[in-house]
Amino acid sequence: MFATGAGRKQVAFATEGVTEMTAGAKGANYMFPMCRTVVDVGAEEGRGMKTDAEGKAVDFAGNEKCAAGAGSFAEAMSRALQMTLKEFGEASLKSDKSIPMNAQCTVFAESEVVSLIHSSTPKNDIAKAVLDAVASRVCAMVRRVGIEGEVVLIGGMVHNAGFVQSLKTAMGVDAVSLPDMPEYISALGCALIAAERQH
Amino acid sequence: MSAPNKYPTESLKLWGKAKQLREQYYQNYATAKEKGGLRWSGSAWALDAVPAGLGDDVYSLTGEPYAAAVAHDRKFAKECMDAAESVGFARDLCSYMRIYWGGMHLDKYLYGGKFPKPDFIFQTQICCSHSKWYQHVAKVEQVPQFYVDVGVGPYKDMNKDRLDYVTNQLLDGIEFLEKSTGRKFDDEKFLKAVKNEMRSTSRWADICALNKAKPAPLDEKTMYSLYVLATLSKSSQWCADFYDELYDEVKDRVARGIAAVPNEKARMMSDTQPPWSFLKIFRYLETYGAVSIGSLYTFALEGIWEDKPDGSWGGRTLPWEKGIEMNTREQIARLYADWNLSKPQWQHFFDPRLKTEMMLRIVREWQVDGVMLHLNRGCEGLSMGIMENRGGIAKAGVPIMTFEGNMGDEREFDEVRTQARVDAFMEQLGLRRQAA
Ligand code: SF4
Repeated sequence: MFATGAGRKQVAFATEGVTEMTAGAKGANYMFPMCRTVVDVGAEEGRGMKTDAEGKAVDFAGNEKCAAGAGSFAEAMSRALQMTLKEFGEASLKSDKSIPMNAQCTVFAESEVVSLIHSSTPKNDIAKAVLDAVASRVCAMVRRVGIEGEVVLIGGMVHNAGFVQSLKTAMGVDAVSLPDMPEYISALGCALIAAERQH
Repeated sequence: MSAPNKYPTESLKLWGKAKQLREQYYQNYATAKEKGGLRWSGSAWALDAVPAGLGDDVYSLTGEPYAAAVAHDRKFAKECMDAAESVGFARDLCSYMRIYWGGMHLDKYLYGGKFPKPDFIFQTQICCSHSKWYQHVAKVEQVPQFYVDVGVGPYKDMNKDRLDYVTNQLLDGIEFLEKSTGRKFDDEKFLKAVKNEMRSTSRWADICALNKAKPAPLDEKTMYSLYVLATLSKSSQWCADFYDELYDEVKDRVARGIAAVPNEKARMMSDTQPPWSFLKIFRYLETYGAVSIGSLYTFALEGIWEDKPDGSWGGRTLPWEKGIEMNTREQIARLYADWNLSKPQWQHFFDPRLKTEMMLRIVREWQVDGVMLHLNRGCEGLSMGIMENRGGIAKAGVPIMTFEGNMGDEREFDEVRTQARVDAFMEQLGLRRQAA
């Protein structure tokens, strides 16, 4: 029995653990065999992995304590705009404005959002500004490992169409491949690794 | 899964002596006044052979290793940093500096009693914090201060003018010391201290070079307790003599195949000061059979190196072994300046690519399998250009990971997240945890 994810060590019945980086790279590469760059953005963390043809993670980078490159940041900002996450993503797609957000930190970014609200900036533009900011931080992490081959996005932020668009723009790529059930790609990768180790 | 130990191991015989010398150093500083001696403060990079010319009863307190010692005591470290913050200093300044300042403002010394007041400040300047640190100390303690600017560019571009600039400051520094203490400067003592420092720093490099052996005779966690003596008092006789003894012991370990980590399977290299209150991260590595063989930081914060005729990196040859004479005060100061300006850990202040080259050299010569960079928020000096180093090392095809933290301020280190990073990196290297 193998476990993956941040809480894998808490799974008492698991005999082995695999980190999210290794499992995510494996799962993404299994779904998209030409994938060499995996971007994983969930609520808690954003990270980039470089994988080889076998789905082995050969380099990775992630955000540290700061949440500004992760889904929870987008979630907090959508709350500030009194929108659901889905509405937030869709709203962003309706904007063609680029409003830079200067704050590095979620707390300060929230006050920037409040200023934008007070200056009557349309919600669509604010949503895009926030998602562009998350995408730019994630992209900076991914660039550390290098962008190569097919780019695959996994994790909950796949469901946010606005973020996907912002990410493509930030990375300067035409396409980002999106798996079905993106939250389970790391679990899939973990299962594949478990199967390999049985042989 | 359990893996049998591959190599024999044994504890270092000189471990206790290193600890004792360190304790004695801090006691000597605290009690200097009882014996009519002098006290001064400056950084671990201060050119400490100069104040040694004032006499044998002159004791220093070097700020960084002192603050690192405080950092091991998490409660006191926090108290010190709170005190510095309450004076109005920002939390993102050098954490060693904040700890030192905090202790001074609280008037509490880690080793008991009041914070001992220095008689003067004698400091070098290469990191932006160096002068600011001791200007504040001088202001609070109302003591005279002297700074030597060593920011003259990389050693590879050294020329007469640059060397003159530093040498002349040392000569001015001697005048400052005489004037501010009323003591006469003794050139014989100066020469002796310079020779001691050259012996200490070259010998430490030789000791680190012994770690090229497989299995590594020393692991980095142990090396921290050994290199520290040079950060305390590299120009002292006791430090130079200790490193000679240590060299013999480590050489013997190599000859007998004694490993620091008996299950050594993979060799790591780190960078910058570690988060001192979480050194157990190195023990965690060992559960994977990974040993950290050292770093540019451990090797060259104090070690002085040179290219050997066979192309390898080793301790710099002592001037008198090459027949170079040091007869006059000017000659001593010039050679002393030249020696320090070749310090590898000063070079990245001018160009991060120089550091990348040295790091890649360590990877090759010490047969390193993976590099772990500590993005140290507590030290802007040593973290400067570190992402450039990451890029250069990754480009060379060497597996590398980063983790964020702070050498002195544990509020900026996330143990669980760092362990998760290490787990992923070990997986990347194909290593699996071994049962105890
Ligand atoms: S920031 Fe780093 S290099 Fe600068 S004084 Fe502090 S410890 Fe030293």
